[in-house]
Amino acid sequence: MAACPILPEVADAMIPFLKERFGNPSSMHSSGEQVSEAMEEARRHVAALINAKDSEIVFTSGGTEANNWALKGVVMASRAKGNHIITSSIEHFSIMHCVKTLEKQGVEVTRLPVDQFGMVDPADVKKAITPQTVLISVMHANNEVGTIQPIQEIGKIARERNILFHTDAVATAGVIPVDVDKLNVDLLSLAANPFYGPHGVGALYIRKGTRIAPLLDGGIQEQGLRAGTENILGIIGMGKAAEIAAKEMHNRIGHVLPLRDRLKKEIPEAIPEVALVGHPTERLPGNVSVVVRYVEGEAMLLFLDMEGIQIASGSACISRSLKVSHVMLAMGIDAGTAQGSLLFTLGVDNTNADVDEVLKVLPSIVQRLRDMSPLYKRSVRLKETG
Amino acid sequence: MYNEVVMDHFRNPRNVGEIPDADGVGEVGNPACGDIMAFYIKVKDDRIEDVKFQTFGCGAAIAVSSMVSELAKGKTLDEAMKITNKSVLEALDGLPKKKHHCSNLGADALHRAIEDYRAKQAGRQFERPEDGPEVCSCPVCDVEDPEEAPYCATACERISSK
Repeated sequence: MAACPILPEVADAMIPFLKERFGNPSSMHSSGEQVSEAMEEARRHVAALINAKDSEIVFTSGGTEANNWALKGVVMASRAKGNHIITSSIEHFSIMHCVKTLEKQGVEVTRLPVDQFGMVDPADVKKAITPQTVLISVMHANNEVGTIQPIQEIGKIARERNILFHTDAVATAGVIPVDVDKLNVDLLSLAANPFYGPHGVGALYIRKGTRIAPLLDGGIQEQGLRAGTENILGIIGMGKAAEIAAKEMHNRIGHVLPLRDRLKKEIPEAIPEVALVGHPTERLPGNVSVVVRYVEGEAMLLFLDMEGIQIASGSACISRSLKVSHVMLAMGIDAGTAQGSLLFTLGVDNTNADVDEVLKVLPSIVQRLRDMSPLYKRSVRLKETG
Repeated sequence: MYNEVVMDHFRNPRNVGEIPDADGVGEVGNPACGDIMAFYIKVKDDRIEDVKFQTFGCGAAIAVSSMVSELAKGKTLDEAMKITNKSVLEALDGLPKKKHHCSNLGADALHRAIEDYRAKQAGRQFERPEDGPEVCSCPVCDVEDPEEAPYCATACERISSK
């Protein structure tokens, strides 16, 4: 259950551009022109994936750049209009830390709370808007807890007030249906790797007419909006992955949903004191996030890895910063419980046999660690003495 | 991520459990900071005759507890008080830098168990000190900072304001 591998068809599409079709799209000669045409084809596929126009797609180095650009670019272009942005308390680091940087530079920030399921309330968005608000940015879905946000409703509110609306759709674009018109967004970040494309490439959707300053100044690549020689290999790969994702999305969802629902139901049945994290129904089709009481995530992950099962956790002991996931804390899960986080990300390669394997090995791993845990011993004793 | 010695102690931790009639009990950490370690000791003729531990924590925390229990067994109380973060790290053949704080916890929990025993011998009550929030280290510049990691407020700030 590891991160998405690149599809063989995607790799095959990229290889010619590494070898014989090498050329700079900005140059005049025919090899450059060919590359340029292939890039435009990739752009068409990415645009089609989210129901955008080709000219509204700008390629970036990934989701992080797209997120930074959306925030910093809009703030820079809106200096005369206002100085306030609205975001949520469960965003990805590339929004969260970017917002912090803007705040240090004097931008006013409202961070919206979430409920116990990790959901933003559109009514809170409405209340947070001031005459100074220039941008609202709420992620489409959080990959850590799986919850899908009411983006369409938030977008409607933003549009009524004539405020730009951005969503970080890295976890959803190419995974579930994403339509920029239905979602009422002006800006949308996406990355290639969640839909089996290469790492290090993404895009920012910018609705026609949206005022945004470039993040990278330089040459006139990407209509002058994003300078720097294009990551041709990555873009070709992203285009191919988008083309396949559009065709395969329905099948992929149909494949992972029953697996997700089995894990979601059967893990808490097999192990006492395990709780599902995130929304029970409004969640990513391949996401199962749970917390296991009295044990710590990394220790479980090490044992699971020995059994060939690779998953993730929001435990502080795993994060590079040694901090518990801000997403779970924002949902009101206490830090101690969040330490027992397990995150399963299911993909096209997973099968019922994988789910069987998890259900076979996880209970004994948990029990082994609980037998070592002073917290577990204490809770058992408390229960015995009533 | 972990070396073979650490993985061995993680997979097969030595001396796991509780001593119901322990002569001394020591505990450090809290669930919020990630690790809790409890040490139980039996003392005979000023020596640690038996030692057991319970740990809530990551792979490193479990391996550290196991190694501390091995190092402590059979030692005099004075010798056991000299077990340090450094000696545990050496015995484990090293830990990733961000896990170094785990090695402090192991030695601290053992020392508290010894202090608890000594307090009882002297007819006093050993009071467990309050454990503060976990100190985090910034991955960018390695400065320890309890508040601002992963972007620390000190060195990174200076770099970015240059």
